Amino acid sequence: MIEQITVFLENSEGRLAAMCRTLADAGVNMSALSIADTADFGVVRIIADNPRKAVEALTGNDYRAAITNVAAIAVPNEPGGLARLLETLDSLKLNIEYGYCFSLQGDAAVDVLKFRSADAASEAADTLEEAGFRLLSQEDLA
Amino acid sequence: MSRKQDILTLPHDELEAKQLQGVKETIVACYENVPFYKQLFDEAGFDPYKVESLADLKDAPFTTKQDLRDNYPYKLFAVPMSEVKEIHMSSGTMGVATVGGYTQKDLETWGECFARGIIYANGDQNDIVHVCYGYGLFTGGLGAHYGGLWMDSTVIPMSAGNTERQIKVLKEMGSTILCCTPSYAMHIADTALEMGLDPAKDFHLRAGIHGAEPFSDNFRADLEKKLNYKVLDVYGLTETMGPGVAIECWEQDGLHLAEDHFYAEIIDPETGEVLPDGEWGELVLTTVDREASPVVRYRTRDITRIIPGQCACGRTHRRIDRLHGRTDDMLIIRGVNVFPSQIEDVMKTVPELSSWYQVELSTVDHLDRVTLKVELEPDYQFDEIAAIERLQKDVESKLKSALSVGLKVKIVEPKSIPRSEGKAKRVVDLREGVK
Repeated sequence: MIEQITVFLENSEGRLAAMCRTLADAGVNMSALSIADTADFGVVRIIADNPRKAVEALTGNDYRAAITNVAAIAVPNEPGGLARLLETLDSLKLNIEYGYCFSLQGDAAVDVLKFRSADAASEAADTLEEAGFRLLSQEDLA
Repeated sequence: MSRKQDILTLPHDELEAKQLQGVKETIVACYENVPFYKQLFDEAGFDPYKVESLADLKDAPFTTKQDLRDNYPYKLFAVPMSEVKEIHMSSGTMGVATVGGYTQKDLETWGECFARGIIYANGDQNDIVHVCYGYGLFTGGLGAHYGGLWMDSTVIPMSAGNTERQIKVLKEMGSTILCCTPSYAMHIADTALEMGLDPAKDFHLRAGIHGAEPFSDNFRADLEKKLNYKVLDVYGLTETMGPGVAIECWEQDGLHLAEDHFYAEIIDPETGEVLPDGEWGELVLTTVDREASPVVRYRTRDITRIIPGQCACGRTHRRIDRLHGRTDDMLIIRGVNVFPSQIEDVMKTVPELSSWYQVELSTVDHLDRVTLKVELEPDYQFDEIAAIERLQKDVESKLKSALSVGLKVKIVEPKSIPRSEGKAKRVVDLREGVK
């Protein structure tokens, strides 16, 4: 499991830029950012090199920010990579709350998945490792 | 046969003589029949038997909404229950409602007062009065209904809601006078337009008697154009009767008080001093001939003024100006009374919400829109969008059932509700035409 930064943002002009500036000023380097939004608000999810420091900087500047534990899985950077991963999970009938992918340099992409519970997450981890996927740790992403 | 109302042109000194007689009887009846008033007058050192002029009433103590609540449900009734024919209650959460009782004569007076709106609209027994105020404990529906009956007009008791059906009736059944809140009238007009009708031509309205919420001159002009009729403002409150305490005439230059049934004073809300005609202040009402629920110097919290001089229409009853807001924090949202404390009471039942909130009132498509902006508790887990949306919906439905009016809930970022001197500004009113 890795630590994701979750930030609650109002859906208004300039909020995302201001938040990124706050992280930049704190010296945090992001490797992925995804936004889930509604008409009123958005939830921003970030993978970064120093999540604790990021949350501290954001909270200190009156943002709603928190650490969320998510699974990060290395996926071969080739056609069908993600499909095979999701098909493996499909058989478990687990409820995935959300997910997103990003790609660092190299031959693997990273798929981030949020499971509803810690139990579900560990069950998924076992199944994925049996199927030959590699689960990443915080250090792998640094 | 429609009835004549010679009383509307009675010379003002004769009207005052009637008022004095009625006020004297009212305060004596209150003193002798209602323990609350006996104690109130005694404690204030006010002798109800020594009032010799209307000006003497300034020595009587005020009555407030809180007094009415404290005497819930029937303790202020001045007649035996067997004489009370009907009960109405003001909107408000359960337990804090204010109750009004009506004898047979009170109901007739109410009908007569509202019927003046039809008279002011140059109406008579040939009018078809379409009532889409809500029927029930709210005084709007039945007040307008009794007005139509008093006038011997034809009443169509639609009550509120089912807008397409309202439109069908307005188009096919020849309604000539529309009674409802101004925002609902606009909603009807706009819905008719969306349905491809032209209500200015397809409806047969001559006048609308619209009240229970404030509306601007621009709003009125827009409404009059869309429905091709004339809009008359009506004022009233459950605590003194219901709609009909004052109504605009065709001149649209202030609302004629029903002075044969109500004695009005304008006071400085801070000092309680009576202000001269023309000056803005709080309207205070004393009933002149109410039997079941008389009130003495009831503080309405509504801000208006007595318009000096006589109306061009020739009627002698003095006019109050259109309302200019309130002296307390009560909000009127789509005709429903809402106090910020009621919103706080609901919020306290939702642990995910912090106590930082702000109510924002705005106008969208001529209807009041209320948005409750609220900050979350610091330890609320907000990672899942669906959970936040569920929380919003949950709070919205709780507010709707507590306040009888729908609010939109918007979760906002921490510290985005402005703090000033440690106290938040609770209400921001951006509505058109509300001062």
